[in-house]
Amino acid sequence: MTSVATSPAASTTAPAPAVEARGVHVRLGGSHILRGVDLTVDRGDVVALLGANGSGKSTLVRTLVGVLPASAGTVRVLGRPLGDAVPWGEVGYVPQRVGAGTTVPSTAAEVVASGLLHGRRLRLPRGWRARAREALDLVGLADRADDATSQLSGGQQQRVLIARALVREPELLLLDEPVAGVDRPSQEAFAATMARLVGEGLTVLVVLHELGELAPLVTRAVVLRHGRVVHDGAPPRPHGGHDALEHDHVHPHEPAPLADERGLTRDPITGGPDREARP
Amino acid sequence: MTLLDELGYLLGDPLMRRALLAALLVGVSAPVVGTYLVQRRLSLLGDGIGHVALTGVALGWMIGAATGLAPDALAVPGAVVAAIAGSVLIEVVRRRGRTSGDLALAIMFYGGIAGGVLLIGLAGGSSGNLMAYLFGSISTVTTTDLLLTAVLCAVILLVGLGLRAALFSVSHDEEFATASGLPVWALNMAVAVVAALTVTVAMRVVGLLLVSALMIVPVAVGQLVTHSFRRTMLVASLVGVSVCLVGLSLTYWQDVSPGAAIVVLAIGVYAVVAIVRPLLARGRPAGDPHPDIPDDVEVAGRAPAGVRAPAAAGSGEECVG
Repeated sequence: MTSVATSPAASTTAPAPAVEARGVHVRLGGSHILRGVDLTVDRGDVVALLGANGSGKSTLVRTLVGVLPASAGTVRVLGRPLGDAVPWGEVGYVPQRVGAGTTVPSTAAEVVASGLLHGRRLRLPRGWRARAREALDLVGLADRADDATSQLSGGQQQRVLIARALVREPELLLLDEPVAGVDRPSQEAFAATMARLVGEGLTVLVVLHELGELAPLVTRAVVLRHGRVVHDGAPPRPHGGHDALEHDHVHPHEPAPLADERGLTRDPITGGPDREARP
Repeated sequence: MTLLDELGYLLGDPLMRRALLAALLVGVSAPVVGTYLVQRRLSLLGDGIGHVALTGVALGWMIGAATGLAPDALAVPGAVVAAIAGSVLIEVVRRRGRTSGDLALAIMFYGGIAGGVLLIGLAGGSSGNLMAYLFGSISTVTTTDLLLTAVLCAVILLVGLGLRAALFSVSHDEEFATASGLPVWALNMAVAVVAALTVTVAMRVVGLLLVSALMIVPVAVGQLVTHSFRRTMLVASLVGVSVCLVGLSLTYWQDVSPGAAIVVLAIGVYAVVAIVRPLLARGRPAGDPHPDIPDDVEVAGRAPAGVRAPAAAGSGEECVG
């Protein structure tokens, strides 16, 4: 945070990493959620952030976009320390979908258009309607632009949030469980859109429960466990099991067959129990 | 013809003209701010601010009495200061902890009323002096009052409409607004301050106890009949201005409290729309509410086993492509 905005890395020809987190600690309400996380996402990378529930995946992403304060450590986004210096127009964020309540209705186009505001841009640019519609088209919802978001299915609402992040045409996209609880067509539409944008050079950091439809795109996987990085490297090979195409991802309401207490002797990424193993 | 004559008398009365103008300004502005409050689930914020403003009225009264001014000369400025202080405080509390916001609001409700009654007593007045502020006193609007109302309403509309997209963003999804680098704190404060100003201008028209109704009930009507945020705001403003003008005009012939007439009218509009709308709305075709999503569960008897429902498969492809 104290270093000069233009670090040596930024002044050379190679651009600074899209995300650079060093020794990030986050404490929330007395619990120490992230315990010294280092994470670098290079330009053009598609990094999957994996881990059991409660491992700190969402907390990490929310810290990287400045929603949660880091109690220690530094975060740089697109080469700038977190704060007003970050070119927010180049960063798209897709939060986890929250339950739609009964407040004032808003159309899909209105929600997406709010993605055009960032930093000190507080008013919609000219032609915002057309841009919102284009972004909705990217996620296959152009015909629902004028529908109230409350009339859309959960998966479609999630796609609206993705369109809201894409409407500003970001260089870096951070997504928090974009396909959790999302219907199959929405997942497929999402994967197809991502494939195209990654082909155009988009950098992605995505929190996932399992690689699923995105497996072919992911260049690197980072696994968190109890707030620490326990794996950073090649994504897991799909192996006719948990994430095979014909595998129905069903969680029976019974204890996980093997709740690994010690760490990563099991396949850490795709085979882990879908809950946090308690120490 | 008698009706037209009556309307002529109504508009010929300078007192009534000023009152109608004030009602028009407040009727347009209050629902604009109310739309943001409803969206942030802070429908009762206006009430909390209103109660605190009462302490401000009494405080202004006290200072006025002490300095030998007319006792109510400082009442409205006092209300403005107290309302802004109160709403900023609520916003700060809301940011600090999530659970205590409700409690803080409750404490301000009671503290505001008790403080107001206490201070007005110390200033040598009686709680009767507060009645005009609690229930409105639009029939005594002076030209100065009208000017102040016009200026404050202009500020409210400038912020509420000029920053609509940003205020929508921060009210709709504060987390996303933060992650977009928007000045979330400043925008939240803008809503808080504008809400406080709305309470003080609406105080003259409907009274502090009914201020919130004028901000919230028209929005409730708006969201019954539209799908979009902009239209909800527009409809709310139209409803707000209509009930203010009609309600106030009724009191010209029938001696009732204008504030109460306006609020009862607004609630009446809401009730009628809520009852009539389902009758008028074209019935959504019964059946699949999400025709573009294929059914993932085959119900025995609907499709022959082993055969994928062609309609479902077709619409699924359409969605992906």
